[in-house]
Amino acid sequence: MTTILTSTAEHTVAARDGLWMSPVDAEKVTGWSLKPEGMCRAELCVPLPESALKPNEVDVAAFWRKLGGPLIASDQRDVWVLGAPADERNAQLEGLQAPDFTLPDVDGVPHTLSQLRGKKVFLATWASW
Amino acid sequence: MWQQLYDELKDKNFIVVAVAEESRGAVHARPWIEQAKSSYWQLIDSEHRLEDLYNLVNVPQAVWIDEQGAIVRPPETAGSTDHFRRMDLKTRTLSPEDQAARLAARQAYLDAVRAWVNTGKYALPADQARAALPKVTPEMARARAHFRLGVWLHGHARTAEGDRHMAEACRLYPDSWSMWRQAADLDEVGKASGPEFWKRVQALGEKPYYPSPRL
Repeated sequence: MTTILTSTAEHTVAARDGLWMSPVDAEKVTGWSLKPEGMCRAELCVPLPESALKPNEVDVAAFWRKLGGPLIASDQRDVWVLGAPADERNAQLEGLQAPDFTLPDVDGVPHTLSQLRGKKVFLATWASW
Repeated sequence: MWQQLYDELKDKNFIVVAVAEESRGAVHARPWIEQAKSSYWQLIDSEHRLEDLYNLVNVPQAVWIDEQGAIVRPPETAGSTDHFRRMDLKTRTLSPEDQAARLAARQAYLDAVRAWVNTGKYALPADQARAALPKVTPEMARARAHFRLGVWLHGHARTAEGDRHMAEACRLYPDSWSMWRQAADLDEVGKASGPEFWKRVQALGEKPYYPSPRL
């Protein structure tokens, strides 16, 4: 099994030869779905080369490279990171809508930023180091 | 750290969301959180996701978000200053002048937050907020991916490989103090404030460790 780390989650999927996986898993991991036009999210589609497609399999590594996102693998190629492309981060921030997130409190209870709509939020980081 | 501010302003539709950028996790952050006894949100971000999403580079940094969920002040130093760089390392104290200046800067920042909540002052119009956003480069995006993998590997007892990825992250994004200091802390608690940290700070020269917010 292969562990895939995205900016929002950690997934464990059956993948072979890098990140060849079923379209169902590809969608679960990336949030993009495989259509005849390529990998699509909302109105945007990224065409895939023939070499990135096999019957019921898609090469997510090839897709991510096409998307321009950082792709890093562990030495054993059992853990991969699909990093957000710089363009995507900039576009999101430039829209000035505060990116939503869900993080746990010290007891593990999840809290989501968008639950605070209607309040002014002072979002501040800290660390023990 | 923000409790007084929160207590004063919470009845005006204001909340503090404090996020610990703490790869050692909730167990490690708990003593500080319990001592703070805060009534605002205290969240744990062990993968530094918030720093990835908002392009943060140090702590403490803050983002101001309005009632509609819009960013009205992009990431900025949240009340801290560079006076610590003049600390007497033997006595670990600042001169009275530096102490006073540091306190004044913190008060000025807190007053700005108060003014925002009470009158909307200091909230930036969209074009200024946009212009003040820190831009993400492909190197920074790659650095964050290496850092994420490094933290994961470190947490799964693949320390040497994890350290390699965190080092690569720091090489790609040297301006991220969070990555460097978190990597140091994962190596050994205390290392993030040790001699190597001070050397790295000195190497900044005239560049700020904590750039001042333009209020």
